[in-house]
Amino acid sequence: MHKEELYRVRFPYREDMVIQGFRFGKGDPTACILGAIRGNEIQQMYICSQLIRELKELEMNGCINAGKSILVIPVINGTGLNISKRFFGVEDVDINRDFPGREDGDTTDRIACEIFEKIKEYTYGIQLTSFYMVGEFVPHVRMMETGYQNTSLANLFGLPYVVVRKPSPLDTKTLNYNWQNDMTAAFSLYSRRNDTIDDESARQTLSAVLRFLTRMGIIRYESHSGFISHVIMEDDLTDVYVERGGIFRGLVKPGEYVRYGYPIAEIRDPYEGFIKEAIIAPTSGIVFFAHTEALISQGDMAYRLIHRLHQ
Amino acid sequence: MIEEVFSIELPVGERLVINKNRIEGKDPRNKRIAIVTGIHGDEFEGQYICYEMTRRIMEEPDKLSGTVDIYPALNPLGLDNADHKIPKLGLDLNRMFPGKKNGTAMERVAAAIVEDLSGADMCLDVHAGDIFVKEIPQVRVSEQFADRLLPYAKLLNADMVWMNATATVHESTLTYSMNMLGVPSMVVEMGVGTRIDRNYGSQIVEGIFHLMKELEMWEGSVGESRYPAISTDGEVDFIRSNTTGVFLPVIAHNHYVSKGDRLGEIVSPLEGKVLEEIVVKKSGLVFTLREYPFVREGSLLARILAGIGEK
Repeated sequence: MHKEELYRVRFPYREDMVIQGFRFGKGDPTACILGAIRGNEIQQMYICSQLIRELKELEMNGCINAGKSILVIPVINGTGLNISKRFFGVEDVDINRDFPGREDGDTTDRIACEIFEKIKEYTYGIQLTSFYMVGEFVPHVRMMETGYQNTSLANLFGLPYVVVRKPSPLDTKTLNYNWQNDMTAAFSLYSRRNDTIDDESARQTLSAVLRFLTRMGIIRYESHSGFISHVIMEDDLTDVYVERGGIFRGLVKPGEYVRYGYPIAEIRDPYEGFIKEAIIAPTSGIVFFAHTEALISQGDMAYRLIHRLHQ
Repeated sequence: MIEEVFSIELPVGERLVINKNRIEGKDPRNKRIAIVTGIHGDEFEGQYICYEMTRRIMEEPDKLSGTVDIYPALNPLGLDNADHKIPKLGLDLNRMFPGKKNGTAMERVAAAIVEDLSGADMCLDVHAGDIFVKEIPQVRVSEQFADRLLPYAKLLNADMVWMNATATVHESTLTYSMNMLGVPSMVVEMGVGTRIDRNYGSQIVEGIFHLMKELEMWEGSVGESRYPAISTDGEVDFIRSNTTGVFLPVIAHNHYVSKGDRLGEIVSPLEGKVLEEIVVKKSGLVFTLREYPFVREGSLLARILAGIGEK
């Protein structure tokens, strides 16, 4: 393993934020794995740290294939992680909405630019990332529909689902979108949670990354074959919105099968406790995403369901 | 008349409400101008403009022909917390347009705003600089719509019209969406975040009356109007910090500078020394100047409209 400094940001009254890269193997830039771009992506950082631990051992045992190089960047926004702040600095900028960056731009433009310059040559790009809404997902691989996306490759992670998203203008500044446009096969991996560590889904995501690296001939590692992924277009998910605000009591969890017409959540009045709204499953299917916060506003998304899919 | 445009029930005993003040003149169906502000909750300059427009029209209501709609707070939760973005979500409301009628709560808010503004003959979206930099009164228009908008932009009594300032006029913004729907829409920007500059506000209010006169909506008198400097991105010189410290400007905002002039210095309060002298590279008007003293490498210190001399 070779540890290197990829970029350094100086602050007036804090220690420098040093973005570290951990390189394994020698040869062509083959796979790059990124962790916490945001300051609340603790689970993503944790998975990367476990990946580095595994790769160190694999390298010592000669299990990184010749001519292949892997770069792992566990943390970008370390200053945010230390003060539990998702976005960067007093400017509150989401670095994952700043790619490909600009070398003569502001601080986050420069961070994005420097990092992108160092990772854009990789054949495979894997970003462990999170959603802007607080909630839990079924672990899955997500990719943008840029015309360069390859769902067959995404299948090789062996996670239960692969989701293809039509990019909105907001998405065009994400790492995934820019990686794909620069001809890197880019995948975003969503674990169950972000700001707390969930060992079970962390282990599942870690195994998925190792499985993919094995299947692409980058490492030698024995692992379970995983799932044959079910490919979903994001637009085909059935979103369930609530019509009242209040205390949210979810009755089903990600991965569970729900039946059409059965109750899946209730909204309770925050003062008197009565049920203001009973949320009924609008279709039968699997729960893909679930709101997990205790409170909910009118119009918020309670669930995303995979329409008519059985377990 | 105060009208409720849209509301969302929040979890605990409160609604998020978007209000507008509809002022109808002699022939309400003649034409309609909409003045919107408060998309970014840390920008208060539009508050004075809303107040002053209403006050002056109500002084001479018989001079109004048509309808003036005033929307002082498109992001009320942000304004209450001086939060640039939507509190809790951390998303920029001005990157969510045109919204979605059946989407998340804030997508519904964005869609309702667009629906309410549809059919207007003119829309002005008033912003301030953020908390970091101070701006002279300026109009920002996308180059894509410049042919249609420039004649109106020149009437607004601004010091400058900046064409194709991409960050504020690109896709997903309110003005872009409205222009795409056929409502001529411009961004007006001035001052600095969380403050109100009454002189700047009065200057733009005068301009709005000029515009209304041009649209045959105002029969009252209007004051003198200035002719703005017209610029494209190529004529704007961005001056950024190359070091980390505290920025102390030595020139005033909205002044002309010559090549070689000192703009300011970046100092280290801990060491008591100057870390970087900032020297002007192109002569012109300092139309943006940093107000927020802490800087890092890449922080914007000033923008100079090059190629124009002192009037």
